[in-house]
Amino acid sequence: MPRPTLRTLSVLTVLAFCVYLPLVFFYAPIEAEEGFVQKIFYLHVPLAIVSLCGFVLGGLFAIAHLRTRESKWDLRSYVAIHMSLIFGIGVLVTGSIWAHASWGHWWVWSEPTLVSFLIVMLLYATYQPLRFAIEDPERQARYASVFAIVAGAFVPMNFLAVRLSTSYLHPRVLGSTSNLPAPMGYTFLVSLLAMVLLFATLCMYELAAKRTRILLKSRSRILGYQ
Amino acid sequence: MIFSSTLPNSNDGYVAAAYIVFFAIVLIYVAIMAVRLGRVEQRVRELGSRARKADEQPQSEQERETV
Repeated sequence: MPRPTLRTLSVLTVLAFCVYLPLVFFYAPIEAEEGFVQKIFYLHVPLAIVSLCGFVLGGLFAIAHLRTRESKWDLRSYVAIHMSLIFGIGVLVTGSIWAHASWGHWWVWSEPTLVSFLIVMLLYATYQPLRFAIEDPERQARYASVFAIVAGAFVPMNFLAVRLSTSYLHPRVLGSTSNLPAPMGYTFLVSLLAMVLLFATLCMYELAAKRTRILLKSRSRILGYQ
Repeated sequence: MIFSSTLPNSNDGYVAAAYIVFFAIVLIYVAIMAVRLGRVEQRVRELGSRARKADEQPQSEQERETV
């Protein structure tokens, strides 16, 4: 039953944001080196994590589509990638703002994390043109799934390659180099949870809308009202 | 190094800008979805009225026949 799930998720998301924003601005301490501008971290990093995980999720849904040939998996894959692209735009914009505040530059081409994320975004920017260039729905879904799997596999490989690279101008968050104090760590976890919930809610919202439109189209066709 | 003397004095505006941009993106997305939902609702209403007309038509034709 999609409706109660969507409603519950929406309420949970609003509640999570009601906790997340006060935590960021009133609970998390101000960082000594960067000062107040470090608050962008609680927005930019969770957005980036959710966006990249969304791309991988799109690939996993695409695998399920190719295995089962059920169109619902293709729809889920499309929605996950679409939503990740929207979140990705947020990552690029908030990242640029943070970079300008911290480093004095909107974009640093020598920083592998920034450039690799841009490459991922540009790769996925071709997903929709590729998808909608194919008219036959069966072929469209199949080709889109293959693309989503290949690109989805590229995301973690890209992430690992950047991790193994030598330049560490970009701050590290996850892994052994992470040394966040407890209040910052809790705030970060809440912000990550809020972003995950927002992503899930918007995905469910779009899925419900897409299903309704598909249903409406098929009913119109059956009734002869084109 | 890139970060040096170019650091701005007050960075509060940057934080505000980042959060405003994020909420604007979410708001724009929700607005687009709302417009699309409005179109779907309009289409459903159209279909409903057409279906009602189609239901009424055979009845009136039947009445004409019986009269």
